[in-house]
Amino acid sequence: MSASGRRTPLLEASAAWLLAVLWLSPLLYAFWAAFHPVEFATRFELLAPLTLENFAKAWTYAPFARHLLNTVMLVTMILSAQLVLCTLAGYAFARFEFAGRDIAFGLVLVQLLVMPEVLIVENYRIMSRLGLVDTILGIGLPYMASAFGIFLLRQTFKTVPRELEDAARVEGCSFLGVLWRVYVPLARPTYLAYGLVSVSYHWNNFLWPLIITNTVNTRPLTVGLAIFGAPESGVDWGVISAGTLMAVAPLLVAFLLFQRQFMQSFMQAGIK
Amino acid sequence: MKHVYGWLLLTPAAILLVGFTHYPAAATLFDSLFSSGTVVRPSRFVGLGNYAALADDPIFWQVLGNNLWFALGTIPTSMAIAMLMALWVNDRLPARALVRMAYFTPTVLPMIAVANLWLFFYTPQIGLLDQIGAMFGMASHNWLGDPNTVLACTMAMVVWKEAGFFMIFYLAALQSLAPELEEAAKMEGASRWYFFRRVTFPLLMPTTLFVLVNATINSFKLVDHLFILTKGGPDNASSLLLYYIYQVAFSFFDSAYASTLTVVLLALLAGLAVVQFQLIERRVHYR
Amino acid sequence: MRSLLALLLAGLLAAAAPARAATEITFYYPIAVGGPLTKVIDGLARDFEKEHPGIKVNPIYAGNYDDARIKALAALKAGQPAQISVLYSIDLYELLEQDVILPWDDIAATADDRAWLKAFYPSLMMNGIYKGKVYGIPFQRSTIVLYWNKDAFKEAGLDPEKAPANWKEMAQMAAKLVKKDASGNVARWGVMVPSTGYPYWMFQAFARQNGHDLMNPEGNRTNYAHADVIAALQYWRDLGAKHKVMPEGTVEWGTLRQQFTEGKTAMMWHTTGNLTAVKSTAKFPFGVAMLPASKQRGSPTGGGNFYLFKKTTPEERKASLAFVKWMTTPERAADWSIATGYVAVRPEAYETAKLKEYAAGFPQAVVARDQFKYATAELSTFQTGRVRKLLDDAIQASLTGQKTPAAALKEAQAEAERLLKPYR
Repeated sequence: MSASGRRTPLLEASAAWLLAVLWLSPLLYAFWAAFHPVEFATRFELLAPLTLENFAKAWTYAPFARHLLNTVMLVTMILSAQLVLCTLAGYAFARFEFAGRDIAFGLVLVQLLVMPEVLIVENYRIMSRLGLVDTILGIGLPYMASAFGIFLLRQTFKTVPRELEDAARVEGCSFLGVLWRVYVPLARPTYLAYGLVSVSYHWNNFLWPLIITNTVNTRPLTVGLAIFGAPESGVDWGVISAGTLMAVAPLLVAFLLFQRQFMQSFMQAGIK
Repeated sequence: MKHVYGWLLLTPAAILLVGFTHYPAAATLFDSLFSSGTVVRPSRFVGLGNYAALADDPIFWQVLGNNLWFALGTIPTSMAIAMLMALWVNDRLPARALVRMAYFTPTVLPMIAVANLWLFFYTPQIGLLDQIGAMFGMASHNWLGDPNTVLACTMAMVVWKEAGFFMIFYLAALQSLAPELEEAAKMEGASRWYFFRRVTFPLLMPTTLFVLVNATINSFKLVDHLFILTKGGPDNASSLLLYYIYQVAFSFFDSAYASTLTVVLLALLAGLAVVQFQLIERRVHYR
Repeated sequence: MRSLLALLLAGLLAAAAPARAATEITFYYPIAVGGPLTKVIDGLARDFEKEHPGIKVNPIYAGNYDDARIKALAALKAGQPAQISVLYSIDLYELLEQDVILPWDDIAATADDRAWLKAFYPSLMMNGIYKGKVYGIPFQRSTIVLYWNKDAFKEAGLDPEKAPANWKEMAQMAAKLVKKDASGNVARWGVMVPSTGYPYWMFQAFARQNGHDLMNPEGNRTNYAHADVIAALQYWRDLGAKHKVMPEGTVEWGTLRQQFTEGKTAMMWHTTGNLTAVKSTAKFPFGVAMLPASKQRGSPTGGGNFYLFKKTTPEERKASLAFVKWMTTPERAADWSIATGYVAVRPEAYETAKLKEYAAGFPQAVVARDQFKYATAELSTFQTGRVRKLLDDAIQASLTGQKTPAAALKEAQAEAERLLKPYR
């Protein structure tokens, strides 16, 4: 990590800090509104009483525990499938020469542009026909073959020295054996990086899950939060803030604990 | 033998990709040539009829315009702020780790949560913006209820969410720059601004283009906030293309028209991709 | 090991068997008022099951009205079970066009059943009847009422017990209630009428008060551009633009209640569904009144009805009928009204002891009921999503000054005509 040697001039540093405070303010407000009774949601008196009532209420308004479970199942399922599928495909593109490879790769890259969210009308119809409406599998299926993942792994696998592969082949490994013994272990940093990016993305995904899920049994946190946050009778800031915080807490806490890894992951993913 | 193997490895991913990207894209195009069917009135071929209706639809043009303004407003702004953030965080800034965390935090929040939080900011009179304004004697303003300000308000929120994400890519690029460059510049007495303009910025160009592509795609994909903030109002002033598609498909049950709108969106994305890839080819040559 | 497996299998079969014999009804419902009402509904379902062994009730909370409609229809299309649902009263035409609902008349076999169909307030039945048959049974219904801040009235020198009775009074009283702070900015508005969320609903009140309904009972013609209707929208706009008693631009549905309870507006038009919430959060005495009249009093009804789906077996239909009748007994209607603030859907409910007692201590609760005789059906036509959005957009365009009321409404009417002509 190389940083430039100069100390930032005070004016610039102040600007940077001011921006940081500005950037944190919505979240800070959410904490304020969540922990104070509703009368103080819009009044910022320092000695206002603290309360956990908003959290208690929010907990009963929406089944957050169930939503959390659904979300965890969803991202786990998607990531597992992505790791397998993208590894196989990335390996194919990196090390095999087969007819039509470049065209196939180009077609894969199309998905970077044309994501499942854009094709909601048609994908919904397909899911209907497959009988996967309102299932967690239905939410995850369109995302399991990730062009981004394939791209990343292809780049990573390409950097593996051929000698290692040759050595393994000499020992009698099949193609899949080589994949498992040589390529996968060397690509671990990429897997970690990709894993964090994927989990973040799917944890926070909203539009497609909204369309595909009908009931509480499958709704992830984002959809639960949206329904919770838009009742017809109007919003109660304390409760909304509490609910919002509960919904973002898992990922936020994970981020705060593993900041470095998160940022490294996104950086790595970007470099490739 | 290798050929077969290659395709075999690719097949699982290929099935899903074709199934949920390529086939639906083609099917959408096909469906846009038919009318929507209900049980009472079945669907029939109308050729370009849906497209004619599209051209006549004032809401479509409004929504398209909104989306283009939205892209224009959020992309350069978030990129510029991201670059600034990266430069600051890359320097020896006191409390640097904290600042970096502050900048990146919005990225790990879902857009829905962000909208919930910002709704309060924009609420007239009791909302935070108006309260701060009141301290300075400003009148309360109906931020989300005024068609002149609502789009800008959503843009501000999206910039807030995205800038930290782009900052990371710039940070990565900055950290791969050779420190000797800066030392050489210092020795020659170049000012910081000069150094940035002539050395850093050009070297960041590949990242800039990568971020540009990402930001562009996002500006057409990010509609989650509309569900909470404005539902596209007032009078479609804040509506975006993908949100309109959702309304037409799932509120009006007009799947043919929704397909037509989707085709327009796809064409737009494809066109932008072509333009941007051409830019990349030309600019990123020395790499 | 084998015997254990056999035992397990037998146990499973035994457990599964009686469950299969029960009739199961699934229903989607929206929550339109915030609160732990999912618990109330679940509790009601369990109570019903206790009294009716052999029927299992499965309530599914679907979000708001739009969500409930989308989800119920999606479930039906996907082949998932749904026997009844509480859906928007105005979804009627959409459901008819998708050919998914049955009239309750068809399964109301006994004399008792038929009497039950007639036991509801007529104005609540309006949205549920098509070609003489009853498709929607009222359940969670509301009207719009005027909430007013009695302390604010006293402060402005007005009688705190008297709400404005007509449009002129409302504009005049609101003008007195506007309070400005030291720098000349408005600290409290006179009246606020929400124009996001359900602008067409609020506008129906204005139109009705000026003597007109916005659609015909057959659901194939709208009346957006009548001179009186345009005048009604003009009055709404004038409140903000001319009399300056309301903020200009759109007023947000979701945050209006809090703005009222925070004292940022002295009066508000809102759904009775907010009653319980306002009662628990307002720190000042407040009144609830019928909406002011112009040529007459008026308010649209709103809310959800029970619909019966076609894809049901005869046992499921009988079970559904039993459940819906049970949910709408006077006692239960009274309970539901007290818990939520929705109006009780049948006159007998107001004769029950508990509702009488509640109304004695909290007279605001019966204002909506008294307004029923002036009530009109909620805006509902074929292609209802689009036709309603046309009106919503026109209202928002007028209130934000983008178009004049006349221009906006005439445009909307022309477009609505185009959409509805094929249905005539």
